Amino acid sequence: MLPLLQAAAAAAHPLDGTAARWLWAVPLLPLAGFVINGALSILPAYHAGAADPGLAHGDGHGAAHLETETPDTAGAHADDHHPVKRHRYAGLVSIIGPGVLMVSFLLSAMIFFAMRGAGGGAMTEPFIQRYFSWMPVGDLKIDAAFHLDQLSMMMTLVVTGVGMLIHIFSVGYMQDDPGYPRYFSYLNLFVFFMLLLVLGGNYPFLFIGWEGVGLCSYLLIGFWFSDKANADAGKKAFVVNRIGDFGFLIAMFLMFANMGTLDFTGVRAATQSLPVGGALVTAICLFLFLGCVGKSAQIPLYVWLPDAMAGPTPVSALIHAATMVTAGVYLVARSSFLFSHAPVAQLVVVLVGAVTAIFSASIGLKQWDIKKVLAYSTVSQLGYMFIGVGSGAYVAGVFHLVTHAFFKALLFLGSGSVIYAMHAAYHHTDNHDDAQDMRNMGGLRQYLPITFILMWIATLAIAGIPPLSGFFSKDEILGSLFARAEHSTIASAHLFGLAGSVWLYFSWALGLAAAFMTATYMTRMMLYTFHGPNRTGEAERSHLREAPWVMTGPLVVLAILAAFGGWLNLPELIPIGRVGLLDHWLEPVVGESTRFVVAGAPEASPGLEYGLIALAVLIAVAGITTAIIKLKPATLVPKREAPQEEGFERVLLDKYYVDEIYDDAIVKPVVGISRGVLWRGVDAGLIDGLGVNGSAYLTRFVGWVGSQLQSGQLGTYAWVLALGVLAVLGAFGLR
Amino acid sequence: MLGEALFFSAVLFVIGLFGVLIRRNAIIVFMCVELMLNAVNLTFVAFAQQYGAGGQVFVFFVMTVAAAEAAVGLAIIIALFRHRQTVDLQNINLLKG
Repeated sequence: MLPLLQAAAAAAHPLDGTAARWLWAVPLLPLAGFVINGALSILPAYHAGAADPGLAHGDGHGAAHLETETPDTAGAHADDHHPVKRHRYAGLVSIIGPGVLMVSFLLSAMIFFAMRGAGGGAMTEPFIQRYFSWMPVGDLKIDAAFHLDQLSMMMTLVVTGVGMLIHIFSVGYMQDDPGYPRYFSYLNLFVFFMLLLVLGGNYPFLFIGWEGVGLCSYLLIGFWFSDKANADAGKKAFVVNRIGDFGFLIAMFLMFANMGTLDFTGVRAATQSLPVGGALVTAICLFLFLGCVGKSAQIPLYVWLPDAMAGPTPVSALIHAATMVTAGVYLVARSSFLFSHAPVAQLVVVLVGAVTAIFSASIGLKQWDIKKVLAYSTVSQLGYMFIGVGSGAYVAGVFHLVTHAFFKALLFLGSGSVIYAMHAAYHHTDNHDDAQDMRNMGGLRQYLPITFILMWIATLAIAGIPPLSGFFSKDEILGSLFARAEHSTIASAHLFGLAGSVWLYFSWALGLAAAFMTATYMTRMMLYTFHGPNRTGEAERSHLREAPWVMTGPLVVLAILAAFGGWLNLPELIPIGRVGLLDHWLEPVVGESTRFVVAGAPEASPGLEYGLIALAVLIAVAGITTAIIKLKPATLVPKREAPQEEGFERVLLDKYYVDEIYDDAIVKPVVGISRGVLWRGVDAGLIDGLGVNGSAYLTRFVGWVGSQLQSGQLGTYAWVLALGVLAVLGAFGLR
Repeated sequence: MLGEALFFSAVLFVIGLFGVLIRRNAIIVFMCVELMLNAVNLTFVAFAQQYGAGGQVFVFFVMTVAAAEAAVGLAIIIALFRHRQTVDLQNINLLKG
């Protein structure tokens, strides 16, 4: 790699010669981990001579095999009488998998400190490392280059940091899985692609990471692929994401056709000369946003994310909550210069975000599967992030991205810890009940005290209770939205005949309502899981135990981050530390775009802002109180005794039947056309019938005609010969 | 002189050709082939009168080949007859596709 390194830039950069020169190693370390773990995964899983538990116990066993549990394999699981057999290379993989992430994280921390030394938020130029020319085609020159600025630095820290914690958690969670090395190789590969995504120096390079994380998401959702439902969920995620990627590609084509460059710096420069709100820049932004809608699970392409919960729970934490699904938010923030030039596109982003936030929050109110609650919560929180970046409050959106990565990873890992305990308990008693259904839980606080406390911290953080992280980030988003509804470039734009200002106030109201629901459904989840009487079962109860330290340790770290993450960007009104750290840090990346959107509006009066903050806290408290008053965990019965829901509750439980509507409106017609027209008509009829078999019939017919000429009569041959000679001679004579 | 010789050889050639085309007895067909060869030989000799001895040399080659061919051809016809008890070409259609 090093010999390929060319001089980063003509002019000296403050990061030259610092730890930033090792930037390439940050993503390459996880790649190396992928290669090693991948190689280990194809070696025989168990020592020779030992009976292969994979054969004896179906396709898998152990605590991590929860989601694919089927009654016929569960009974054969290892228990006290059959000690669990670990994968042959489990020890090595447990060192390499999280180890590469740890080194990667330390390296990025060193680079971060080098960047702080070089001025931090005062460093105006991005540090660009070019490796080789990737696509030199005519005027288009696309380099394999990394673009390190304050935004990508922050994302790198989040990805490697949270990724490291989740890798460590996985060592405990996945320990008994026969696919242990395969799991870690996918997870390492995911981190590699995610780092390409956040460090890529141009749109196509970012797109490699974008597609790569999609691939890893697919592989990990379908990790237990022997269960068809899991494989289908992976396929669904992949196909839905392709729809979004189509938009991303179109946006890149438009950029190349009209600007002739795909570098972030080049596009940024080219955008300056475009008219604000012009058709081109609006189209580019809307198509880019289509990509974000797919990747970040917004309406109408959110349907894949709840299904993605089929994967192992740490995967849900890392990919489907903390990092990959926030890639869309990152992309909008990264393209802030484009979006600030397209107020209508921004309005669309805000609206989609706001509607998604309230829509999925309402579904979360009525889910019974603990992971589904968190999945819809993630979709809803992603909506908040899009409200932030869409309304030009890029720092607020990215701030929420970071705090959400902390508290949602904590919630998912906590739910993983709960499921781990539930599964182990059911496992001991050969019970085949649903280990993820909250109706089967209840009263877990006395069995899982650490998880209980840590998850309450995360719940209060996501609900927006001060001074936890979620309060600051969510309040900043809603506050910025309120301020921009009054006066900004977006407020003066028009969409569907209504002023942007109206739309923004509308979105703000939706955001507030969604905040209320967030507090309610999270409290509901906590009440049903940890409070009230235990519904797990008499025999099972004695087997409920807290997870080992390798799992609770990362939870503690995440809880500290979730609690104090708000200090990253304190508002000026609450100066309980240094204010606006993130504002200052991201100033060179998004400052200009933000000011462009705000368009020199006067600062909101402190009174109004205090009022907004008070309102946000009030709503959060009201949401929590409502849940506590309304819900009676004591009256809940286990899943198998539970009655059917009625009326609107039923609609919420069935997720507004969106999957069914999509199935009838899109999937079935597409399948029907594929089957009836494309398969039977085009493939079997035209291509096979006319093309393949037709040409075979033609050849056979011509051959038959030829064979009829072969009479075997020498006389005939002689006649043909003579006539042929005559014809040739005649032709020569005529010439 | 040349004209008459060429005319005569053309007549011989066409007689040979028609023999090959219309007769059914393999031996006669074979003899007609020889006739065609000799018609060509006559042409060579006739031209050799005017253009030097090259044509006559060629005639020797043709006669040599014709002798070898006669030996092989007659042997084939005998073999055919032993096999099929006939030399009628219409009954011999082993080449039929």
